[in-house]
Amino acid sequence: MTNQQDFIITLKNVNKWYGEFHVLKDINLNVKMGERIVICGPSGSGKSTMIRCINHLEEHQEGDIVVDGVLLNNDLKNIGQIRKEVGMVFQHFNLFPHLTVLQNCTLAPIWVRKMPQKEAEAIAMKYLERVKIPDQANKYPGQLSGGQQQRVAIARSLCMNPRVMLFDEPTSALDPEMIKEVLDVMVELAQEGMTMLCVTHEMGFAKKVADRVIFMDAGQIIEENEPESFFNNPQSDRTKLFLSQVLGH
Amino acid sequence: MKPTNRNGLTRLFYNPTARSLFFQALVLGGLLWFVLTIVGNVTTNLNARGISSGFGFLSQPAGFGISQSLIEYNETFTFGRTFFVGLLNTLLVSAMGVVAATILGVFVGISRISPNWLLRKISMVYIEILRNIPLLLQIFFWYYVVLQTLPRPRDSLSFGETIFINIRGVFMPKPMAETGFALYVGLLVAAVVGVIFLGQWAKRRMRDTGQQFPVFWTSVAILLGTLVLGFFITGRPIALDYPELRGLNFRGGMSLIPELIALWFALTIYTSTYIGEIVRSGIQSVSHGQTEACRALGLNEKQRMNLVVLPQAMRVMIPPMTSQYLNLTKNSSLATAIGYPDLVSVFAGTTLNQTGQAIEIITMTMLVYLTISLLVSAFMNWFNKRVALVER
Repeated sequence: MTNQQDFIITLKNVNKWYGEFHVLKDINLNVKMGERIVICGPSGSGKSTMIRCINHLEEHQEGDIVVDGVLLNNDLKNIGQIRKEVGMVFQHFNLFPHLTVLQNCTLAPIWVRKMPQKEAEAIAMKYLERVKIPDQANKYPGQLSGGQQQRVAIARSLCMNPRVMLFDEPTSALDPEMIKEVLDVMVELAQEGMTMLCVTHEMGFAKKVADRVIFMDAGQIIEENEPESFFNNPQSDRTKLFLSQVLGH
Repeated sequence: MKPTNRNGLTRLFYNPTARSLFFQALVLGGLLWFVLTIVGNVTTNLNARGISSGFGFLSQPAGFGISQSLIEYNETFTFGRTFFVGLLNTLLVSAMGVVAATILGVFVGISRISPNWLLRKISMVYIEILRNIPLLLQIFFWYYVVLQTLPRPRDSLSFGETIFINIRGVFMPKPMAETGFALYVGLLVAAVVGVIFLGQWAKRRMRDTGQQFPVFWTSVAILLGTLVLGFFITGRPIALDYPELRGLNFRGGMSLIPELIALWFALTIYTSTYIGEIVRSGIQSVSHGQTEACRALGLNEKQRMNLVVLPQAMRVMIPPMTSQYLNLTKNSSLATAIGYPDLVSVFAGTTLNQTGQAIEIITMTMLVYLTISLLVSAFMNWFNKRVALVER
C-alpha cells in the first residue's frame, strides 16, 4: 500500500461542467513520482480538459486536485506555486512570436524564478542543446519549422525545472516527418525519469515509454493498465473498438 | 496545334511590357491634357476678372484681430503672420487632442474587455453612442449646450479663488520665472537624468543577479521630491500671476478660450471611441494560446500583459492608430464652425475673404495638412518597423 506522500499528483472525484455539459465525471487518478502516463481516447472525451485542470488552465467544480502537496483551489498563491512546478507543452506550441528562441526560454526563469539573465541563458542553452537546436537560439519562432518550434516549446518548459511535464497532443499539429524528432526528445526525457502525463494518439510512443495507459471516453476513465495488457488484452468493448480504429490503419 | 502566325503589331500588343508601357503613356497623356486645360481656364478667368495672382498679399497688413495666438499678433501684423497664427493653433488643438484621445482611448479600450461587468458595459455604451454621433454635432454640443450656459465673468465658478470658469473660458494663474529659476530647472534635469541612470542600473542588476528593483515608484518619488523640495531649496523661483476680475472680464493669468475647450473635448471624445476599439481589437488579436502559455509558465497577469500581450498587440494597433491621429488633425478644421482660430478658420477663412487670393491660400492650406499628415505617417511607419515581427 503506497501512502499519500508518494503521489505527486492526486485527482479525487473531480467533476467539471461546461454549462450543462458534464465534461469530467468522477475522475480519480494518482500519479507517482517518475511515472509516465499516456492518456488516449476519442476527441471530446475530456482527456485534454483533465490535464489542463492539473495546472488550472481549466477550473474544476468538484473534487480535489493535489499537486506536489499543494491543494489546487482558487488561491492565487497556490495556483502560482503549482504552475512553477508543472511544465506544459501545447498542440500549437504557443511560442512567443515577438521573442527569440533564447528569450522564449529565459522569460519565465527571469521573471518567475528571479534568476540572473546570464544564468537563465546558460540553462536555456543547455536545454536547447538537449532538444538539438542550440544553433537556432537567436532566431524567431516564425523562422523555424513546426518540429523545431515544438522542441523549443519543450525546452522552454524544461527551463523552469518542472517536476511534472504535461503534454497536450504535442504532435497533432505536425507533419508526419516532424513527429519523430519531437517524439525522440520526449522518449529521451522519459528515460531520464521525468514525471510525464501525455495526451497523444501516438500508440507507438505509448508502447515504448508508458508505465500506464489511460483510456477515456465521455468524461470518464474507462480503463487503465500497463501498455502491454492494455494493447493486447483490453477489457471493455469501448476500448477494443477504439484500439481497432487507431491501430487498424 | 495551330501555329501562332501574327504580324509585328499584333505581337507587340500581346507583349506584356509593351502593353503596360502603352497604357501608362495613355494615362499620363490624359493627365497632362487635363492639367493644361485647367491652368489655361483659370488664367483666362482670372485675367477676365482682373484678379492678380501671386504671393504678394502675404506681406500686406491684415487689419483684423484673432482671439487666440501663441505668437505675438495684433491687427498691424501681415496676412503672412495670420498663416502662422492659424497653423500654430491647429497644431495646438491637434497635439492636445492626440494626447488626450490616446489616454482616454486606451482606458476605454481596456475597460471594454475588463472582467468588471459594470466597467465593460459603461465603456460599451460610451463607444456605441459617441462614435455614432457626427463630430460636428458633438462640437456644437460642447460649445452651445455646455460652455455657453456657463455664468458671466462676474458670477464665475471659482476654485479656491485661483481658477475661474465662465462663459469666456477657463482662467488660471500663470507661472512666472523669478531668480533661481535656472537653478530649479537644472535640478529637475539632474533628477530626470538620475532616473534614467537608475533604470539602466536596475536593468543591469537584474541581468547579473536576478534581483528586481521597484524602478517605477522610486522614480516617481525622486521626481516628485525634486519638484517639491527643489522648489523651496532654490528659494521659490516661480511666482504665480493670478487672474483678476476687472470690469467685464478677467485680466492677467492665462486662459483657455471656450472655442478651444469645446473643440478639444469633442475631438478627444470622438476619437477616443475609435482608439478604444483599436486597443480592444489589438489586445484580442493576441491568441488565447499566448495567454495559456504564460499561465502555464507561471507568469502573473501583469507580466503576461506587459511582456507578452501588449508587445504583440502594439503591432496590430499602430497602423489604425496612425489613421486616427491623422483624422483628428484633419477634423480639427471643423474649428471654423465655432470660430476657433485654426488654420482653416483664420487663413482659409478670414484672410481669404479679405484678400480674395483663393488659389494661393487654398493651395497653401492643403499643402500644410498634407505635410502634417505625411510627417505623422512617416513617424508612425518608423515606429511600426521597430515593433514588427520577424518572420522567415
